[in-house]
Amino acid sequence: MTRLIDGPELAARLRESFAEAILEVQPGWLVIAREALLPVMTHLKGDPELALDMLVAETAVDYEAHFEMVYQLASLRHNHGVVVKTRIENKVDPETDSLVGLWQAADFQEREIWDLMGIRFRGHPNMKRILTWEEFPGHPLRKDFLWVERQGPPLLEM
Amino acid sequence: MTTIQSQPYIVNVGPQHPSTHGVFRMRVTLDGERVIDVEPVMGYLHRSVEKLAEERTYTQCITFTDRMDYLSAMSCNFALVLAAEKLSGVPVPERAHYLRVIFAELQRIASHCMGAGQQITDAGAWQTPLLYMFREREKILDLFEMTCGERLTCNYMRIGGVSTDVPEEFLPALRTFVAEMPHHIDEYEELLVDNEIVLARFKGIGMLPPDVAINCAVTGPNLRGSGVNWDIRKVDPYGIYDRFQFDVPLGEQGDCYDRMMVRLKEMRQSVRILEQAMRDLPTGEVKTPIPLALRPPVGEAYGHVEGPRGELGFYLVSDGSPAPYRFKVRAPSFINLTALRGMVLGGTLADAIVTTGSIDIVMGEVDR
Amino acid sequence: MTEERAFGMIPVPMATDLIDVEEGRAINDLIAASREAFPDSYAIMDEELQKNVMLTTVDAVLNWARSASVWPAAFGLACCAIEMIATAASRFDIARFGMELFRPSPRQADLMIVAGTLTWKMAPALRRVYDQMADPKWVISMGKCATSGGTYADGYSTVPGVRHIVPVDVYIPGCPPRPDALLYGIMQLHEKIKRESILRDRPSTTRT
Repeated sequence: MTRLIDGPELAARLRESFAEAILEVQPGWLVIAREALLPVMTHLKGDPELALDMLVAETAVDYEAHFEMVYQLASLRHNHGVVVKTRIENKVDPETDSLVGLWQAADFQEREIWDLMGIRFRGHPNMKRILTWEEFPGHPLRKDFLWVERQGPPLLEM
Repeated sequence: MTTIQSQPYIVNVGPQHPSTHGVFRMRVTLDGERVIDVEPVMGYLHRSVEKLAEERTYTQCITFTDRMDYLSAMSCNFALVLAAEKLSGVPVPERAHYLRVIFAELQRIASHCMGAGQQITDAGAWQTPLLYMFREREKILDLFEMTCGERLTCNYMRIGGVSTDVPEEFLPALRTFVAEMPHHIDEYEELLVDNEIVLARFKGIGMLPPDVAINCAVTGPNLRGSGVNWDIRKVDPYGIYDRFQFDVPLGEQGDCYDRMMVRLKEMRQSVRILEQAMRDLPTGEVKTPIPLALRPPVGEAYGHVEGPRGELGFYLVSDGSPAPYRFKVRAPSFINLTALRGMVLGGTLADAIVTTGSIDIVMGEVDR
Repeated sequence: MTEERAFGMIPVPMATDLIDVEEGRAINDLIAASREAFPDSYAIMDEELQKNVMLTTVDAVLNWARSASVWPAAFGLACCAIEMIATAASRFDIARFGMELFRPSPRQADLMIVAGTLTWKMAPALRRVYDQMADPKWVISMGKCATSGGTYADGYSTVPGVRHIVPVDVYIPGCPPRPDALLYGIMQLHEKIKRESILRDRPSTTRT
């Protein structure tokens, strides 16, 4: 069985180097500070005991007060996984660091998050829309994206 | 000595093109026949599923999953109901567990028939292996139609079990199918394994080193074709997969040939699982009754299965209402395409087409 | 890259960015222009019409030739495309109608079977393929997504029916329609073709 390293255990492992980055510890996941994202992720990938070499999924959720980035990582060597989250408080112009340098799997997934949620990724080489088209008005998966009930082709209004 | 003046030239492959992947576009920069850059462009089938699912109940969302990876509808259904059951804690009866395994493995065989078949069609074997494999696929689709009324978009699994029990004629038909399928797989292998043209077109093409594959989060037969032993059914068994004996075929080099052979061998292992599941199928109920508008408690869950294309996962966030707050699909084909550029650079355009075919993408899943 | 090759060439990343923006604007223009659907022609249902129009021998020969070997252009978009392939496979065998040649090039095709959901991003490509087909040409809209948007009708990126982009001759409902249903729709199209006459204009294929 793939062992999900739960929040408290992961926090214990990170506490020596990244004590100030840990914001919240939950049974299923760990919330870390946005500024510490790249150092923590580099550690998670490089540390031989954790060795989280696969970025399984990266996604964003639009809550009322913030955006939440959810990263699911897995280690093929040790057969365990973790869930790490960060929060982005700025809902008007959200931005965070890109993980493309660590895992190439982040490439398309971050473009999708930019396209559908509007979160920019610093350091991504090709920050273009991927699923909708370039002049699409807005970011559809946000909760405040409105599209009017149609009597014909949809009227896209922001 | 004068050098020939030449300029790189951008050629569009798609979005309407004769390979059967659907609407996938590649902007290929060619220097003569060599590919020096490729930019995959997708989104031509983006049907806004994740947004629409936020206004449907969990059971209604199951119909979306059929149409995402339309070649493996049962596996997609399976993944969603697993995630929803993790979220809501609904138990599943024993017979339903076995039926889910039977249909998931039947779907795997049907999907690999199409996947391996269209890979060879892309290489130019215009439709002969595909028509042979479609013969088996039609038998499997008959079994599906017998049970749930639909050939392709089955909508069979439910939160808490499966939707209906199998009819009486299902098990004899399945027994006949399982008895004769190994001979058909032998037939395919006879046509393909030592075929001169297959070896020339597939060997050494589209190499995917294992560390690159892991870094690009490639999963499924693509990852196993590169020699990495990672099959969700073995490393993180879901449902009752830990009760079955089966092997996980691996490739050696990570080229198109290995990926195709992994798919053919997986069909054989699926037949093994089917035999065991048929033998052990218990009687009993097939569904736990749940309310029409199921309201899971506030929380989140991630449920994943080993689909025919890789790890298909659903990340569901619930806020207590009948509709999911966030419906995120971890689509294997979308993430497998991350590796495309590396596999294709430096080869010819014809090899790029064959390599794209060997990743076995389904656009409904890539674009959702 | 040598000096000669670099001469006169736009750097590749910038070139494709410009193409993307241009295509995006074209899609938005198409959305604005596609509010009205193409009207449907009811030639197949009309018994009165049958009595009033006399088909000449020329018509009979032409219609037989056209209906007996309609070559489809492969325009499979989504799940319905798989049932279209199953129709072309050996069990349902579209070859008995003379239609097994799915032409990759629209120049050689008579019929466009739009199988699957059409999104706005894909719509300009659909219109372009349709315009490239030579007359006489027909369109079958296969499945509920192509007919009316289907499951995804109220999505932000789905065209609510192919008839907003091209005029449609036969609609086949289903999700996906069985291969038998597709063959029935094709046979209805053959009946429609047999009722055509060179003395009557074909319905307009452009909006003007």
